[in-house]
Amino acid sequence: MMFLAFLSQTIRIAMPYLFASAGGVLSERSGLIGLGLEGYMLSGAFCAALGSYYSHSPWIGLAAGLAGGTVFAALYGLCSVRYKGDQVVVGVAINLLAVGITRFFLRFAFGSSSNSPRVPGFSVAETGSGLLALAHDPMIWMGALAMPVVGWVLYRTPFGLRVRAVGEHPGAALSVGIPVARVRWLAVLLSGAIAGMGGAYLALDQHQFTDQMTAGRGFIALAAIIFGRWDPPRVGLACLLFAAAETFQIRLQGASAVPAQFVEMIPYVLTIVALAGVVGRAVPPAALGKTDE
Amino acid sequence: MSASAGARRWRAQLEEAVLPAVVALLIAALVGDVLIIVYGQSPGEVYRALLEGTWGNAYGLGQVLYKTTTLTFTGLSVAIGLRAGLFNIGAESQLAAGGFAAGVLGTLLPPGLPALLVLPLFIVAAAIGGGAVGGAAGVLKSKWGAHEVITTIMLNFIVLALLNYLTVAHFKVFDTLHTADVRSGALPRLSALIPPFHGSAANMVLFLALAVVAVAWWYLFRSRAGYELRAVGLQPGAAEYGGVNVPGVWWRAMLISGAVAGIGGLNFVLGYKHYYEDGFSTGAGFLGIAVALVGRNNPVGVVLAALLFGTLSQGGLAVNALVPKQMVDVLQAVVIIAVVTSVPEVRRVLRSARRRGGPEA
Repeated sequence: MMFLAFLSQTIRIAMPYLFASAGGVLSERSGLIGLGLEGYMLSGAFCAALGSYYSHSPWIGLAAGLAGGTVFAALYGLCSVRYKGDQVVVGVAINLLAVGITRFFLRFAFGSSSNSPRVPGFSVAETGSGLLALAHDPMIWMGALAMPVVGWVLYRTPFGLRVRAVGEHPGAALSVGIPVARVRWLAVLLSGAIAGMGGAYLALDQHQFTDQMTAGRGFIALAAIIFGRWDPPRVGLACLLFAAAETFQIRLQGASAVPAQFVEMIPYVLTIVALAGVVGRAVPPAALGKTDE
Repeated sequence: MSASAGARRWRAQLEEAVLPAVVALLIAALVGDVLIIVYGQSPGEVYRALLEGTWGNAYGLGQVLYKTTTLTFTGLSVAIGLRAGLFNIGAESQLAAGGFAAGVLGTLLPPGLPALLVLPLFIVAAAIGGGAVGGAAGVLKSKWGAHEVITTIMLNFIVLALLNYLTVAHFKVFDTLHTADVRSGALPRLSALIPPFHGSAANMVLFLALAVVAVAWWYLFRSRAGYELRAVGLQPGAAEYGGVNVPGVWWRAMLISGAVAGIGGLNFVLGYKHYYEDGFSTGAGFLGIAVALVGRNNPVGVVLAALLFGTLSQGGLAVNALVPKQMVDVLQAVVIIAVVTSVPEVRRVLRSARRRGGPEA
């Protein structure tokens, strides 16, 4: 029983990470840094709350969240693919923009500077361990499928092959006739859509939007991507690992000998360790961040 | 002939440096117009309120100068990194670590020492605090090749969580999230010199910021080490061939970058509140990236850009009665996006115009 409750809480915490890092892997494998994931999620969460509030349907909310993430990813694509602006700067700015815009329209639409009113979501009343309630939430299934689908697309489809080619050696890809810019556009738009769904999950699961509700989850997703070495199955495991650590900390609140702040640090410390190559080096796609040639 | 060629080159550089900022401000103003009209207000009135609340009275100007001071440090920090070809996204936590080190030092000193006497101690403490964080990212890059963008982002979360733990568990005053007041070293407000600034947070650290800017300019453009740093930033391969120890320059640049951001913590700790408070640095580090970008990584440009972003930050409060103050957050982000996007584009357009106009144009 304890274990099942632990498991169901871990799954719920892992959901936003799984969505965001599934999108992020696509973007990063095409050579575009996923620094804006946090912004896509925040925009997705806000649009999902807005859509669900006005239509009384969580499905419309989900669609709106997907669109909200895509719009921000389109802005990122416009700045970095079309105009070749520096990806790191654009990514940081996308996140600042998402915080500002969602706050502005939170006041505009709901007259509040902290949260939206209650909106309809998918979740049903929790009983027992909560595992059964999870099975009734369609977004849990989508979240569970997101990473395997991205993995399948990357390794088993012509589009995935092109994404990987463009991310490793855009010059070579171009010379065999792959439209590099178009492949990157598609990858970044898809990454925004999937990460936007992660934001929608947050808003619909909590039945409201709250200011800055993503709270750094986009960066944890980025950490999972690096810790999982840009390989979907490993990235998925990294998401579950980070989520399990968080659940552990929540369950042991107060009783734990380890302060909560140190548990919070785990994903970030592991990522640095992976990058520094203490146990096998994490090597990014060769053309990551380089769209300025 | 060579004099006029020099003047032409200088003018071309100036155009390439200033035009993107102008384009960006126009785009930001346009986006601002849209948001204001959506909210049902008149853009003219909102922009007038923004100017009046910032530059229109001494208190507002004092608040702008306070915010400008912190942004000068973080902007300079990012600019020094970028001159070496390194992207320091960690100014946020370096600023906090510097402030924390200064705050703790302040509680350890005996009370009543003259501020000028202990100021160097505080500068060293804040520089060590910020420099340790920046330097860690530098060593990770030089020794193990870990990319500084990712490590500085991750270090932001790690360091801020660590400082939160240290503050909450060991150093806070009961029922608050801040340390005890510094016992020595608090610096006077600017209003001690210029009384109309009364009530605003602007303080003597402003002059320290200008001094650090001057030193940074000298270091970057007049010292041998600064020359090597810029050479590594422009062409690491060529610099190495020329005998420069590239990894050595990398970690030193990150160390200096972190130290400069750390000293910025004094603006809050010694100049304003006289204690370290958890979360005081929120946002200033990321805006430092914007400041460095708009200031074109030039120390003087950084001061001007910090003034622009300081004005916008304070301007939010000035317009809050008419439109949500978050409009200003949006404008700041739009300025960043517009500048970074228009820099390559403006350069391309200008250069092709010059080519078409022939060598005389």
